[in-house]
Amino acid sequence: MTEQQQADLRHDVVEAGTTTGLASPSVDVTSDRQNSLWSDAWGDLRRNPLFWIGAVFGLVFLLMALVPQLFARGADPRACDLSSSNQKPSAEHWFGFDQQGCDYLANVVYGARNSLIIGLLAVAVVLVLGVVVGAVAGFDGRWVDGLLSRVTDIFYALPLILGALVVLRSGVLGRGVVAVAVALAVFGWMTAMRLVRSQVIAVKSSDYVAAARAMGASNGRILVRHILPNAVAPVLVYTTITIGVLIAAEATLTFLGVGLQRPAISWGLQIEAGQSLLRTAPHLVLFPSIVLTLTVMAFIMMGDALRDALDPRQRA
Amino acid sequence: MGRYIARRLLLTVPVLIGASFLIFALVYALPGDPIRALGGDRPLTPAVVAQLRDEFNLDDPLVVQYAKYVGDLLQGDLGTDFRGRAVSDTILQRLPVTVRLTVVAIAIETVIGIIAGVLAGVRRNGFLDNLVLVSSTLVVSVPILVLAFIAQFVLGLQFGWFPIAGINKGWYSYLLPGLVLASGSLAYVARLTRTSIAENLRADYVRTARAKGLPNRTVIVRHTLRNSLIPVITFIGADIGTLMGGAIVTETVFNLPGIGRAVFDSVQTQEGAVVVGIVTLMVFFFVFFNLVVDVLYAVLDPRIRYD
Repeated sequence: MTEQQQADLRHDVVEAGTTTGLASPSVDVTSDRQNSLWSDAWGDLRRNPLFWIGAVFGLVFLLMALVPQLFARGADPRACDLSSSNQKPSAEHWFGFDQQGCDYLANVVYGARNSLIIGLLAVAVVLVLGVVVGAVAGFDGRWVDGLLSRVTDIFYALPLILGALVVLRSGVLGRGVVAVAVALAVFGWMTAMRLVRSQVIAVKSSDYVAAARAMGASNGRILVRHILPNAVAPVLVYTTITIGVLIAAEATLTFLGVGLQRPAISWGLQIEAGQSLLRTAPHLVLFPSIVLTLTVMAFIMMGDALRDALDPRQRA
Repeated sequence: MGRYIARRLLLTVPVLIGASFLIFALVYALPGDPIRALGGDRPLTPAVVAQLRDEFNLDDPLVVQYAKYVGDLLQGDLGTDFRGRAVSDTILQRLPVTVRLTVVAIAIETVIGIIAGVLAGVRRNGFLDNLVLVSSTLVVSVPILVLAFIAQFVLGLQFGWFPIAGINKGWYSYLLPGLVLASGSLAYVARLTRTSIAENLRADYVRTARAKGLPNRTVIVRHTLRNSLIPVITFIGADIGTLMGGAIVTETVFNLPGIGRAVFDSVQTQEGAVVVGIVTLMVFFFVFFNLVVDVLYAVLDPRIRYD
């Protein structure tokens, strides 16, 4: 894709207000209202119900991951009794029992930890890869940019689930929480890279960068202190949404049999086990699906609200 | 324009080579010995094993194996799986299923997405607008895996409207998986159309059309919609490439024998040639449709010049 064309695309996407809308360097950081973007954004955010719904759910699931005992109503997910296998939900056991006769509420609650750890860990790796590769490519330009952009294109052309599936199956990363997170990140960092790269290119020839250079600032300092802060807003929006997307991807990989493995407790494993019992015991698929969806939704809602708040064009 | 297309085509070569090499290397690293697994209970004689390993170049280093693979590929030979079946046969047999699924999904997202987007964008902040905004957030948030089960359980089992697995009912069996596969893009198309329409309704030429006394319908359909659809069409075009490669989950849950299902099965059984062949094909589709979209963009919007 040519630069011109990328610029056109970006322009159009921004016009349509679909992606973050923040790719254009319209944030006036030189004015005396230096923090206005963030304080304005917070003002917007506070009045957005979408944000609060997302934030409350997000906190609940975070708490659930940290202290699952609070939510499990005293049941132990590993204490099972085959005689209550597949029992339907009741007043005593809100989510019923799974096939092994384990309390299902406890199992679903304890599943939050793995999902959140993988989501957060994967997004951290995505950020490191995306910001470093994007900043280097955008700042250097020339052949380094060409090379890194082609590498990004290569990864971009491979579907996330497919790539992670093959990596995990090949076993080069091993199996387990860290392996799943890294596999997801390796095939999911490209959008972050493109965001950062375009942002860096957009501001690197601006006057204040020239001024910093004239005052003798090193390349590293210019990049970290003057250029990268411009990318914080779009990257933050992207990161929040991506946590949700990656949590969904983890459940999918685990469902497909290449993610977490028993005895780990995971929503993907629960959905997979309940799949064949969809006719007789639909609650086995239902409850982990609901909780998974709410978790994903919490992050996507927060990301959406953040985008609306941080997009200065909408505040005309 | 011609020069631009040539340059873009040239740039796709490293992407195709890089992506297929990446997958080739990963498949190379798959654990276990596929030849031994082929024998099952009766172990193969060392001579047979040696012959098979030689036939599939399994004893060569990675780079040599890949070079031989590309050499065959350039002559139109995608290789055979370990049971002696040509990979191209597998692809030809499986591809129509994926193509049909993609056609259904694209049709659904185009029709429903654009209608919903227009209705929402014409009256911003109205009831329909908020409905579309909220429901698109909800739809995007439901993982495809969950959506597939909801669809199977509610529309398939409870109401009995759709078959929940297989392709025995012709095009009809593709409706439910198509809807599930399209859901995310559907929400995106609706939002894209909505913002695009709302934006364009403020343009001068729309005011001129209204001032001429044209009926509201004509102003929206003939003047606004046509311009607003440019980003939508380009998104849908690129989405064809994405859907052709992203249907692993849908094809697995709904038990559709398409290429996504085939690549999943082949990863499990370590049929390296099939995995690499199909993934390369998927990458090709992705790159190809993106190229088509970029060219289409210039055709649709005469303000864009590539030369």
